[in-house]
Amino acid sequence: MKREIRFSGFGGQGIILMGHILGKAAVLDDKDVTLTKSYGPEARGGACSTDIIVGDSRIHYPQVRKPDVLVSMSQSALDTYLPKLAEDGMLIVDTGLVESDRDHVGLPATKIAEEELGLKMVANIVMLGYFTGKTGFVGKEAMEEAIAELVPEGTEEKNLKAFNIGYEEGKE
Amino acid sequence: MMKAGTHFLDGNTASAEGAIAAGCTFFAGYPITPASEILERIANRFPELHGSYLQMEDELASITAILGASWAGRKAMTATSGPGFSLMMESYGLGLMTETPCVIVNVMRGGPSTGLPTKVAQGDVNQTRWGTHGDVGVVVYVPSSPQEMFDMTIQAFNTAEKYRLPVVVLSDEMVAHMTEKVEIPEKDEIEIVDRKKPRDPPEEFLPFCPDEDLVPPMANAGEGYSVHVTGLTHDEEGHPSVDEETQNMLVTRLIDKIRKNADDILEYDEYKTEDAKKVIVAYGSVYRAAIEAVDMAREKGYKVGLLRPKTIWPFPEERIYDLAREGVDSFLVAEINFGQIVFEVERCTAGAAQTYLAPKMGGSIHTPEDILERIEAIEEGEIPQFKE
Repeated sequence: MKREIRFSGFGGQGIILMGHILGKAAVLDDKDVTLTKSYGPEARGGACSTDIIVGDSRIHYPQVRKPDVLVSMSQSALDTYLPKLAEDGMLIVDTGLVESDRDHVGLPATKIAEEELGLKMVANIVMLGYFTGKTGFVGKEAMEEAIAELVPEGTEEKNLKAFNIGYEEGKE
Repeated sequence: MMKAGTHFLDGNTASAEGAIAAGCTFFAGYPITPASEILERIANRFPELHGSYLQMEDELASITAILGASWAGRKAMTATSGPGFSLMMESYGLGLMTETPCVIVNVMRGGPSTGLPTKVAQGDVNQTRWGTHGDVGVVVYVPSSPQEMFDMTIQAFNTAEKYRLPVVVLSDEMVAHMTEKVEIPEKDEIEIVDRKKPRDPPEEFLPFCPDEDLVPPMANAGEGYSVHVTGLTHDEEGHPSVDEETQNMLVTRLIDKIRKNADDILEYDEYKTEDAKKVIVAYGSVYRAAIEAVDMAREKGYKVGLLRPKTIWPFPEERIYDLAREGVDSFLVAEINFGQIVFEVERCTAGAAQTYLAPKMGGSIHTPEDILERIEAIEEGEIPQFKE
């Protein structure tokens, strides 16, 4: 089984970090994983994405072509990447920031981060929790371990709380 | 070195860690996309390891600095991309002529000139072989994953030390920037090779007199040996001797040192070649698309296999010759350039098989479908040799 996942948003939202956390968690879960990212003269505010392939066996071709899951945290990212989403693929959006005619699920991650955690910055981790609850591609414990390792020192607790809020929403 | 165990690293970081594991304590470089993460990692890690990281004024200075450091006894490395690698060509030759062990990592991006800084290509393959003037024997490793960036950087140091020459790790943007699982072994499980030291006392030592393996022992500066190091044609004492006889002896040995030890240096992988009628030749990141192309072609009933050079120089010439003789009717070379290794493959078949090219101009790697389409076209007899 091989899953292709694309996280997208604008520069500054922590989209690349989402990919690294998922990738690290997949390694902890003993899965094979390949992460690639949009790499160019992008800047804060521009569309950005990170692609992850998670598999039970060796991943060869490293690039995501038709994601099984597209997570969009900005309208421009959705508009850019939606055409590539697999026909039966899952679309997850920040419902406070993104609108789509396509069938989708999601939660207002940025709003939740701001109102429930008082820190807009952890919106990506709220979304990562939702993604984990919804897809189950990688285990919750592995995700929590990866978060604790990769977020800035001193913010672990807040990030894990953000993750769990998102996770519960995703499980529902 | 990094803690043993399973890590999640990008290719450039893995290469820097490989260098550290190999015992590299001197790095001189000039930042360039897409190789900069190697410099960043080294700059971060070296202070605690008491290594020397020098950010130089340019790539000419970077490579001469590592040549000097090597003669001072350090394991030394630089990292760059096409534009910087072009600048290094003169002193790459100096390193080969003076038999100076060191490692150059070239992370290929689109060229020519400054080209496509942030995107993948494989346009420097022949440059590593023929880019410096004069006749040389070279060793070039081509990794296809972060794990291999780690492993092959160590191997490159070992080969550099064993055969006394600058060894190139020829990576590409895709491999350098992808992040994957990297297994780092325990320190005592990593084989480390160090240069041969002089066995004779200083008054009897001939610094360029080779042993049977054609490699001379090396005296580092400060060890009491008097050593003259020059890019001019030199005799066994190391003194310039610009005559035909010395040239013939020295340059022949520099080439034979690699050629006659090729069995020890050469590495390649094969996949489903046992009964193959068609063999794809692919290296670096394209190798990963080619594996999937083989499986897709097999599902369609085509007998396709894959030959993947891990060292592109020396090249698996005898293996290709044998495959061509043993029933492979055609080779398809998939590379992100307009044909470089394809000519090598054609040469090695000696006319016993057809050779085709799946070119790509850079910016991305071939998809498995790109390669499969070529295979189908060849099956249908649609592609003339070397033509689009």
